[in-house]
Amino acid sequence: MARIGVFTCWCGENIARTVDVDRVSAEVSALPGVRCSVNYKYMCSDPGQTMIRDKIASERLTAVVVAACSPHMHLKTFRKAGQSAGLNPYMVEMANVREHCSWVHHDRARATAKAIDIIRTLVHKVRYNHPLEPIRVPVTRRALIVGGGVAGIQAALDIADAGYEVVMVERDPSIGGKMAGLSETFPTLDCSQCILTPRMVEVGQHPRIRLHTYSEVEAVNGYVGNFTVTIRKKARYVDIDKCTGCGDCWNACPLKKNLSEFDYGMGYRRAIYMPFPQAVPARPVIDKTVCPKLIRNGCGLCEKKCQAKAINFKDEDRLVTEQVGSVVVATGYQLYDIGREQKNPRLTGYAEYGYGTYKDVIDGLQFERLLSASGPTGGVVKRPSDGAEPKTVVFISCVGSRDNAKGLAYCSKICCMYTAKHTMLYKHKVHDGQAHVFYMDIRAGGKGYEEFVRRAIEQDGAHYYRGRVSKITEENGKLVVRGADTLAGTPVTIEADLVVLASAMRPSDGVSELAQKLNVGYDEFGFLLESHPKLRPVETNAAGVFIAGACQAPKDIPEAVAQASAAASKVAVMFAGTELTREPEVATINELTCAACFTCLRGCAYHAIDKAEVKVPGGVKRVARVNPGLCMGCGTCVALCPSKSADLEGFSEQQIYAMVESLGAGELAAP
Amino acid sequence: MEIGYYPGCALHGSSNDYDASLRTCLRALDVHLRELDDWICCGATAAHSLNHKLAVALPARNLAIAERDGLRSLLAPCPMCSMELLKARQAIAGDARLRGEMAAVVELPVEGTTDVCNLIQVFQRVGLDTIKAAVTSPLDSLKAACYYGCLLTRPPDVVRFDDAEHPSSMETIVEALGAKTVRWNYATECCGAGMTIANDAIVLDLAHKILANAEAHGANCVVTACPMCHANLDMKQADVERHAGAAHGMVVYYLSDLVGLALGLPEQALGIDRHFVRERTGIRNQESGARRPAAPAPES
Amino acid sequence: MSHTPSAAARSAVGHDPFAHIAVRDCYQCGKCTAGCPVADRMDTVPNQIVRLVQVGRTDAAIRTRAIWDCVSCQTCTTRCPKSVDCAAVMDALRQVSFESGVAATPARRTLLFQKAFLQNVRRNGRLNELELIAVFKTTAFLGDLSVPLLFKDAMLAPKMRARGKLHLVGKKVRDRRVVDRIFARCLNPKGHAVPITEG
Repeated sequence: MARIGVFTCWCGENIARTVDVDRVSAEVSALPGVRCSVNYKYMCSDPGQTMIRDKIASERLTAVVVAACSPHMHLKTFRKAGQSAGLNPYMVEMANVREHCSWVHHDRARATAKAIDIIRTLVHKVRYNHPLEPIRVPVTRRALIVGGGVAGIQAALDIADAGYEVVMVERDPSIGGKMAGLSETFPTLDCSQCILTPRMVEVGQHPRIRLHTYSEVEAVNGYVGNFTVTIRKKARYVDIDKCTGCGDCWNACPLKKNLSEFDYGMGYRRAIYMPFPQAVPARPVIDKTVCPKLIRNGCGLCEKKCQAKAINFKDEDRLVTEQVGSVVVATGYQLYDIGREQKNPRLTGYAEYGYGTYKDVIDGLQFERLLSASGPTGGVVKRPSDGAEPKTVVFISCVGSRDNAKGLAYCSKICCMYTAKHTMLYKHKVHDGQAHVFYMDIRAGGKGYEEFVRRAIEQDGAHYYRGRVSKITEENGKLVVRGADTLAGTPVTIEADLVVLASAMRPSDGVSELAQKLNVGYDEFGFLLESHPKLRPVETNAAGVFIAGACQAPKDIPEAVAQASAAASKVAVMFAGTELTREPEVATINELTCAACFTCLRGCAYHAIDKAEVKVPGGVKRVARVNPGLCMGCGTCVALCPSKSADLEGFSEQQIYAMVESLGAGELAAP
Repeated sequence: MEIGYYPGCALHGSSNDYDASLRTCLRALDVHLRELDDWICCGATAAHSLNHKLAVALPARNLAIAERDGLRSLLAPCPMCSMELLKARQAIAGDARLRGEMAAVVELPVEGTTDVCNLIQVFQRVGLDTIKAAVTSPLDSLKAACYYGCLLTRPPDVVRFDDAEHPSSMETIVEALGAKTVRWNYATECCGAGMTIANDAIVLDLAHKILANAEAHGANCVVTACPMCHANLDMKQADVERHAGAAHGMVVYYLSDLVGLALGLPEQALGIDRHFVRERTGIRNQESGARRPAAPAPES
Repeated sequence: MSHTPSAAARSAVGHDPFAHIAVRDCYQCGKCTAGCPVADRMDTVPNQIVRLVQVGRTDAAIRTRAIWDCVSCQTCTTRCPKSVDCAAVMDALRQVSFESGVAATPARRTLLFQKAFLQNVRRNGRLNELELIAVFKTTAFLGDLSVPLLFKDAMLAPKMRARGKLHLVGKKVRDRRVVDRIFARCLNPKGHAVPITEG
């Protein structure tokens, strides 16, 4: 026979203002099984919890119902309180009389009657509760980092330095991401590669980091603490263990004019190439789309030249499997390619700016390559069409960002800062050059950022016009930029030698497919969704999967690094013990009655049901079996099962029916 | 092919050379035009500038007549007319209350179901292959700057035609006639339209820029599909030259002129002899309809 | 700061002329001004005109010559990143200007022309160009006594005649009465009888 205690909370005024708590307390004390019914102003407070503990002891309670706020708020609190008094925590239930009652009604009499009804259902439910133990799953203390940019690198180093193994998967032939291609970074104007490459090398050499470059995540199975990840290592056609990185192969390669991905098309590379000299691993890769040997069995010069015999034209993609306990997604960003041609039907591009039509209209990352000392022009600012030094450069902010009409309503955050930086670096290299910036607002909220932008204007003489640009046309080798100065109230036309567009930041291509493999949500723009924008910025709603860097939202390097360390700390918390505990409110299948129709298996969205066999007298019986490590307790299988063999712990069919039937006894149930 | 025909006031008035041009040309392509009975002015700039209700009512009356008389499609060769008709049609089709109101105002029921198209669209419907096959005198010495003006492609969600930034529908047709087209930067820049009479300084400025840019990009003629644009670039060209202190001597054709010439139709029938700026020698294939005098004739 | 049209605007046209235009959405980026073919001659550029409407100063907006310099080319509306129909704002302001009889002095000629155009269409059903020129030049001359206007384009007439472009009488609309009734139903009864002042 259950001995139930009901504890009704006033929640200050939140409940008591609308619900007559004293009356509720009195009425529910008459419900079957209720041994004591008390109320208090703040049940979750120390005295409140003490009250619960004391009553559990003095009334020898076997079950507790706390009528208060939402279980999302304090179920854990009250379960802990019950547990500390010797009760199994799963014998504690909450009746939500705040969010479901006092906060949504005005009529005191009816709200009170409803609160009593709600508590009645929970009292009837808790009579069928039985003790449960949390499910313990072992945790593999290895982390997978997807993406080898600065965020991925930071997370990898933090986790590896904490003593755990790390597997890093990077899609490009080298790690480093976008930061490896930048010239100098704001606000310090540090050389980007100088500060990044030591970290890259550390990752490459770290004893606990296993690097899979030129690879992608093919499939993810399993659950938090126990992921099995299949990785596709794309064919490089170069054996990176044999290769010494000497360069004989690419120096011999006759195909010189392939647009370099690292230079965003501002320079060329060979068919066999190393993406950049500081690549990690410092090994080349062959572009199979242009290599004559791979296409039609021609050429083959590199193989002949290679003294280490590292070239392997028979190479194929390989699949490898890694076991990990957690995943950090740090896939970074790309710029909105804002020409007229668009792959994504949601984006329309900007035909009026001539990107893709006029050679001298380029975007921010392309300009970085022109500025970079290790770039295709050796750090000399030359314009793409004729190699001339541009004396007038127009920089346009907010291209593709803050634009509801062409698809991207958000602000890309970093462009105001890198545009100011671009004007300064340009001026430092072209002393008689003039930079013109068309902007809408200046967003410079970081440390030293505002001062940095003012420096561009006050010391380095960049001209800033507040207004957007309507159209760019080309006349006599000059780019005619028609913009506006809304502060002066005039149109402004500038004939530029070069135009740099600060295009919007978008998540990298393919991230939505990856997200689906990991069960991570993403928004309409493709940015991955954090659990809570304020309080849980690096966790996702997929247990064990964390995010860091620009894949979550536009951000700059310091923020990406901070987020990466935050994600690493979450991983470290997970790995602190050798086991993870999960809530036991999962599905169970009665193997005696299960008819092995496997409807539940087909219906389970979490792939948490397996086929199993049990020994029975006379042979073997096939049954469906729930994997408690994967089950999310959604109840779909319970609804689907035709033989009523599937049930949910903590929300059994018996309990639900008891709750529903108990409603018939209330005032509000009168026909 | 039969199609309804809404000439509009310009083609009915001083741009009747355009009317002659397209009638002659379309007849040769077996397109039968059925003029909208008792059509009225679409309201043009004056209506939408002075009264919002009138701006819908005047086109609505014409749409109502088309519906009444079973004209499923209507060619409106003036982009101002076609844009106003499309705008009214869009508003009416999407708003039951407005439909009712307009029916009361124009004294005819109107649903907004008539398809309205421009001259380029009619040529597209005839078919590029059909036109190509009918060409007898390819216009291979022409280097045309195709000038769309404002309202053929704008506003895009009303007219839904071609691309508002880089249209190419006219070029496709002109090239099918054997002519070359140039890439230039004023294809969709406004000429000043109806400002000609009251505020012509604007027109002279804008027209000068258009003609100058066409020249700068190697064109030896401009092609247009709008009577206002043609008037501002052709009829006003002498004024433009005086105002800018620059000589242009740029001949301006209607699109139907070029199609007609390529089909071997005579100039007079196409109304080309009624343009203000005469052609320069050698600008066209000499085998077509009329011969030109040897020396370039100044505008007389 | 008010985001609604001034009371004067509403009373002039009898309804809210900006009702279907999302004027609030404009964040003053200036792309309209940047692409406007006549912005360099305007006294108040397009984004500023929209700003005046945003802060409830339509009375100032209707007194600009900018709204009558506008050629209605729709470039502003086409390129606006917030899909604000800037060309419609210009139309609405012109309507308010017409109904209230207030317009900037340099713009009066344009407004006169548009009025004459509408009157001509109301009378004839279709535009009678000769009649329009005659009426416009007369009323404009009576307004500002500008002789050059009387003779402007005078040399064009014989050239047009020679090319068969000038008809003394065109093919008329049969049912002209219905046109008159349509106008009567749409126009404010005192609308086009109000003389224009700078106000």
